[in-house]
Amino acid sequence: MAKIQINGKKVVLKQNFSVQDVLKKYKLNGKKVAIELNGKIIPQNKYNKKKLKNNDKIEIVQFIGGG
Amino acid sequence: MKSDIFKIDKKILKSRLIVGTGKYKNLIETAKAIKSSGADMVTVAVRRVNISDKKKPLLMDYVSPKKISYLPNTAGCFNSIEALRTLRLAREIGGWKMVKLEILGDKKTLYPDMIETIKTTKVLVKEGFKVLVYCTDDPLHAKKLEDMGASAIMPLAAPIGSGLGIHNKLNISLIIKQSKVPVIIDAGIGTASDATIAMEMGCDGVLINSAIALAKNPVQMAEAFKYAVISGRKSFLSGRMKKSNFANASSPEKDLIS
Repeated sequence: MAKIQINGKKVVLKQNFSVQDVLKKYKLNGKKVAIELNGKIIPQNKYNKKKLKNNDKIEIVQFIGGG
Repeated sequence: MKSDIFKIDKKILKSRLIVGTGKYKNLIETAKAIKSSGADMVTVAVRRVNISDKKKPLLMDYVSPKKISYLPNTAGCFNSIEALRTLRLAREIGGWKMVKLEILGDKKTLYPDMIETIKTTKVLVKEGFKVLVYCTDDPLHAKKLEDMGASAIMPLAAPIGSGLGIHNKLNISLIIKQSKVPVIIDAGIGTASDATIAMEMGCDGVLINSAIALAKNPVQMAEAFKYAVISGRKSFLSGRMKKSNFANASSPEKDLIS
C-alpha cells in the first residue's frame, strides 16, 4: 500500500503502482495531460518505470477553458 | 493587393483575432463561438484534472488542437515561480512552445506585475519558449519585453474582463510605433467596435474572451468580432483621409444651376 496525494486528494494505491497505472485508474491514459511528481515533471517515456511510494505528491494537469 | 500576413515568431495565423476559451456556458458553446470567430489560435488555461469525475468532458474533445492552435496561458499566477511551473507543464502536455505569459500583481485590478513579467520572459526565452506577453500599456516596459526576446507584446486596453475598451490610445500608439514584434491588444475590449478601433490604430491583432463569452449571444458576437477585426485591419491598410475642421463638399461646386 502507498498513501499518496493526487491533485490535493489523499489516495491509497496498491504496492508498486506506477504513474502509468494511476493514469489508467483515472481513465487518463492517452489523454493530453502532464504530470508532476513531488514538484518534478515526469516525461511520458518514464510513466511506466516511475513507481509511487508513501507520501508522494502527484499533480495531473490538463488544458481547460481560459482567457 | 499586397498579401497581408500575420506572423508571430514563425507561426502564420489566418486570423488576427485570437480568442479565449473561458467563461462560456459549456464546451459546446465554446466550440461554436470559436468556429464563428474564425480564429485559428485560442488561449487555454492549465489546471488540475478532476480525478473524482472521470466523465467530465475535456476541452480537447470539443476544440481540436490539431485544427486550432492552443496558446497556454498562466492566468491566475502571481509570481515567476508559479508561471514557470505552469508553462513547463503546458509544454509537457503536448510540446507547446508558444505561450502566453501573464503574471498578475493585484487581485482587484488583475494588473500585470511587470517586474516579475520581465524577469520571467527572460527565463522562458532562454528555455526556448515563444512568449506572448500580457503587459501594461507602458511603452518602456513594452520595449524591455521586446529586448528580452518576447515574440509578441500584448498590452491591456483596460483591466481584464472590464469591457471598458482602449483607455490609453496614446500609449498604445507609441507601443505600436516602436515595436518590431506584433502588438496584440489583450484584455479590456468590450464590444466589436473596440476591436475595430484597435486594428485601425495599427495593432497586429486582438485577443478577446469576455466580450464574446459574456455577450447575450456569444456565437453571433464571435462573428461580429471576426468582421470587426477584418474591417479595422483593412481600414488601417487603406490609410484614412485627412481630418479637417471645416466642411469639404463631396459634390462638384462647378456648373451649378443658377
